[in-house]
Amino acid sequence: MKIGILLKEGPYNHQASDTAFKFAEAAIKKGHTVDAVFLYNDGVTNVTKLMDPPQDDRNIATRWSELSQKHGVEILACIAASKRRGISDDVLVEGSAITGLGTLTDIAIRNDRLVTFGD
Amino acid sequence: MLHTINKSPFENNTFETCIRFLLPGDPVLFIEDGVYAVQTGNKFSSTIERVLKTNPVFALKPDLDARGIAAIADGVESVDYEGFVGLVEEHQVNSWF
Amino acid sequence: MENENIKKIMHVLRHAPHGTIYTYEGLEMILIMAAYEQDLSVVFIGDGVYALKKGQDTSGIGIKGFSKTFMALDGYDVEKLYVDRVSLEERGLTEEDLVVDVEVLEAEETGRLMKEQDVIIHH
Repeated sequence: MKIGILLKEGPYNHQASDTAFKFAEAAIKKGHTVDAVFLYNDGVTNVTKLMDPPQDDRNIATRWSELSQKHGVEILACIAASKRRGISDDVLVEGSAITGLGTLTDIAIRNDRLVTFGD
Repeated sequence: MLHTINKSPFENNTFETCIRFLLPGDPVLFIEDGVYAVQTGNKFSSTIERVLKTNPVFALKPDLDARGIAAIADGVESVDYEGFVGLVEEHQVNSWF
Repeated sequence: MENENIKKIMHVLRHAPHGTIYTYEGLEMILIMAAYEQDLSVVFIGDGVYALKKGQDTSGIGIKGFSKTFMALDGYDVEKLYVDRVSLEERGLTEEDLVVDVEVLEAEETGRLMKEQDVIIHH
């Protein structure tokens, strides 16, 4: 099955990002294709490489980056939401990209499921 | 249609709103702070019991464990993340938050 | 079949406007998706109904108002606007208080519509 994920909250403040990641991992483990994770609202701040949490905590941006590189999951931040929040190509973690809401529409159309995580 | 709920019913009306729109047979999955709804002996126990008469109810075990919830209402099934994926295989998803 | 690639996508607006950005960014998403000729619907539940309230004047709070944008949805062929009856009544509102024509639905009717959807996005 092909699955798209829509993540609407930023990292750390809410568990949404963690649940989305665990869900994506489990879906891949079960043999599904996770096509893309689309970041909206404060969710766009999931992919700034400027985040630098304490060493004993998870680095959420790095985690998305690794998921992208290992499993070919596209990690896409909405351009309008990114511009509002100071997220630009300069700060993106490897494996992520900025794109438009039209891409989210394509993701909704081409996947069997779109699963939303938010707060 | 799988309904997921991620809010504690004590601070937010998401749970009560969601169940107004449930159709019989639709599975409900509690995740994140939503799992507090299924702890035994709380003020939502009778509501959970009523929902269970018409709908399968699940709670995400890692979220229960993280919150120290060991006793959950009879009839509520705990699932791991792969179980969550399994429910998504069978149903379109309506994520309430 | 002509309709095979058309998805039923429902947007559920559940937040009041201005206090958070969810409704505004939700509306932005709806406007973009409208260009893709999918089967779109918008449902207002809970505080989401306040987004449609007449007489909003945001000039004093320094935030751009957008209630009038809902009136433009019709021009984008987003014609399926539904409001939950209980949510409206709980807030002491009637259809007369809203900036656009909507269809007021019982929860069960909305539940059945939800069940038909391929994608549901809450804002």
